[in-house]
Amino acid sequence: MEISSNLSNTNTSKSSFGRGWRLSLFICSVIIAIPILTVLASLGLPFSESWQHLFDTVLSDYVINSLLLMIGVGTGTLVLGVSAAWLTAMCDFPGRKILSWAFLLPMAMPAYIIAYTYTGILDFAGPIQTLLRHSFNWEYGDYYFPEIRSLGGAICMLSLVLYPYVYMLVRVSFIEQSTAVLEASRNLGKKPWQTLFLVALPMARPAIVAGVSLALMETLADYGTVAYFGVSAFTTGIFRTWYGLGELTTAAQLCAFLMLFVFALIIAERWSRQRLRFHHNASQKKMVRLQLSGWRSALALSVGVLIVALGFVIPAGQLAIWAASRWQENVNSQFLDLLFNSFSLAFVAALCCLLVAIFLAYSKRIFNTRLEHGAIGIASLGYAVPGTVIAVGVLIPIAWLDNQIDFLSRTWFDYPTGLLLSGTLGILVFAYLVRFLSIALNTVDSGLISIKPNLDESARSLGASPSKVLRRIHLPILRTSLLTALLLVFVEVLKELPTTLILRPFNFNTLAVRTYELASDERLMDAALPALAIVIIGLLPVLLITKSILKERLTND
Amino acid sequence: MTSQLILDKVTVNYDGVSAISDASFSLNEGEIGCLLGPSGCGKTTLLRSIAGFEPVADGSISLHGERISTAKYTQVPEERAVGMVFQDFALFPHLNVSKNIGFGLGHLTSSEKDSRILEMLSLVDLEGVSERFPHELSGGQQQRVALARALAPSPQILLLDEPFSNLDAELRTQLAAEVRTLLKQNKVTTLLVTHDQDEAFAMADKIALLNSGKIVQTDTPYEIYHKPGSLFAADFIGKGTIINVAIDAAGLLGNNLGSLSINALPDETGNSVKLLVRPDDIAYDDTSDTKLSIVSKSFLGPNYLYELALEDGQRVPCLTHSHIDIPVGDELPVRFDLRHVVIFNAE
Repeated sequence: MEISSNLSNTNTSKSSFGRGWRLSLFICSVIIAIPILTVLASLGLPFSESWQHLFDTVLSDYVINSLLLMIGVGTGTLVLGVSAAWLTAMCDFPGRKILSWAFLLPMAMPAYIIAYTYTGILDFAGPIQTLLRHSFNWEYGDYYFPEIRSLGGAICMLSLVLYPYVYMLVRVSFIEQSTAVLEASRNLGKKPWQTLFLVALPMARPAIVAGVSLALMETLADYGTVAYFGVSAFTTGIFRTWYGLGELTTAAQLCAFLMLFVFALIIAERWSRQRLRFHHNASQKKMVRLQLSGWRSALALSVGVLIVALGFVIPAGQLAIWAASRWQENVNSQFLDLLFNSFSLAFVAALCCLLVAIFLAYSKRIFNTRLEHGAIGIASLGYAVPGTVIAVGVLIPIAWLDNQIDFLSRTWFDYPTGLLLSGTLGILVFAYLVRFLSIALNTVDSGLISIKPNLDESARSLGASPSKVLRRIHLPILRTSLLTALLLVFVEVLKELPTTLILRPFNFNTLAVRTYELASDERLMDAALPALAIVIIGLLPVLLITKSILKERLTND
Repeated sequence: MTSQLILDKVTVNYDGVSAISDASFSLNEGEIGCLLGPSGCGKTTLLRSIAGFEPVADGSISLHGERISTAKYTQVPEERAVGMVFQDFALFPHLNVSKNIGFGLGHLTSSEKDSRILEMLSLVDLEGVSERFPHELSGGQQQRVALARALAPSPQILLLDEPFSNLDAELRTQLAAEVRTLLKQNKVTTLLVTHDQDEAFAMADKIALLNSGKIVQTDTPYEIYHKPGSLFAADFIGKGTIINVAIDAAGLLGNNLGSLSINALPDETGNSVKLLVRPDDIAYDDTSDTKLSIVSKSFLGPNYLYELALEDGQRVPCLTHSHIDIPVGDELPVRFDLRHVVIFNAE
């Protein structure tokens, strides 16, 4: 194998093979960077007259609502995530072990799905209000009931499904905190609750910031929830500008402004990850958990159960009930087509991400110069960039390319090609690649790091050929990482709504799009089946994470 | 003098097993004590029970005349006037040096607090780094911050858990001496835990030797070294070999080792005794007629440590100047200097 013959050759960069490799790496990263560059470059284009209109009318709504959404979701995920982490990492009470993985369940629930499920439960005709009216003989207008389809509702929905980001990072941070540091605080006269606020929480601050940043990136990327609830935020604004006003450049410019928020979050997240280093205390002793008993342990358990119930059990249960009630009408060949479409699309996209991720990760391992780091830096930006932005960033250059091809074809062959690339599945897969490559890359890279270079060298010195090294050493060690990367991207693609909504070929439906369409048409019960399918598939990565938590539990309990 | 710390028949269970049983020990005000023992002997558990992190199952711990731990009552750590320096120092990573030192001074007004912090900084000679964060300090500096932080609230007793184990071997002895001077000047009652006898000797006025959860001997460093009360103590402290030697009623030893003075004789002079031979009990003497064959030797820089065979094949150590360089297999002329030798009855 050609690749492997260069695995441990330090002079590769000078060979012609090395040059070819690195040239393709360069081209690959440029292509991946195009959507983001396009969006940023749109700021250099003249601002159209509709900007004046936007300024006068809705722009301030977009900014203010997006900011309020971020403040709300930031606070919500902080409170939920830190409480959950504190209860399961630092305290002990009956049910703690089950809760420590159950807290991750809401990750399987995309925000737009939980949003429309709660709408079905809480709106005027829903079971809760109906029950209230029946019990108290109220009529419409006799009582106050909070409106779920509002900014506040969106904040609640997003917080309920995004807090696991904070929970995971903060939990690890709590567990890694040296017991001695907490004991030192007690020894210096501070009570347990003072120790929480003076020592444990400040030490977990970088993890909290990193977790909240991730949750906020998801918040900015969300389209389904805000659109369904009719909240004017950046993403809904971009859709409206484009579909409503037909202004692609203005939409791209709005995307660029949204990117400013995103960059602030990226900086916050990376900065805190660096700080994490200093707060990491290597010496590990037996975890000493605060034993809760009596009403304290009952309270801890109820809080935990409430969070999991609201974030997963109630909406998933409601979806299951709805899906079951419409089972016979909805499970038909159309639904099977939908499954096939979604799964094959997600699989192809996941495979593409995996292959490019392997290419990038090996490039870094072999050459490890500024070029590779730049390429990986570009590739790992995607996770922070909202799907809407990437979709717009993909559409513009592809439309341009289509026009060029059409023009050339007309001039040379007198044959109009029309829009050759736009609206094809290939473009959709490319957009997914840009958005989710970083997930695959992180997973593959961390697998590859565990194969120390001297492993290659010792295998070679024992007489193994480079291809044998790849086959016998690298592949077996990497297998789990590769499968994990495939699964993670697969599930993300399956859940992704805005990118698919914008770029899908005409009449091509996926589970996510179908769910959204049916829910938008107020056919909540029909939407339940595709939604439930997404939630069930979404449980797979949660199980994976749970497994790693279980492993860590063995060492900490 | 009053006893600052009294451990009275303390038993501590750890994870359901008895980690310390029946330990009694006391420290006077201003004294530096040491719990010395191999790893796993329970010494850290005993220290943690004094700090209030482990409850005692039996017996009691009193501090400054007040009972702080009994089988029925454990005063919570934050209410004990006990300062502790943790093995890994446990500095708060999010607070700078001044704030670390001021952490336990919540009861003071802010001006009192500031002046106490300054006082502590100058005590441990860290005025220049008061604004730095723990990760910006060297290991030695971190240790001094930990010491200042523990001393700042003026505890009744200071506990040191393996205080030098995280530092370079070269620094240890020097720092141990410096810390001792500092503690002595400030009359701080201190209890230190270590497995390193050099540290114990350099720091302590009084050593409690622990083995498998029991205090086997409490003595001054000199006594512990020269008069180990048990085979374990003899084996654990210092270098040396225990040999079996025949002895007669007059004190004459077998193996041509000479005789013991009568008052050094054990109570029951049997046929055979166990003798602890330290490397400095056998001296090189080129005028001596006693010659022992050399089994092995190792170069220690200023000295050679020879391993010699006695007539019956048992081996003994001998320390010489490193100029005395005789090849393995040849014989070394020696003189036995058994004035301080330690004898145990053979069992």
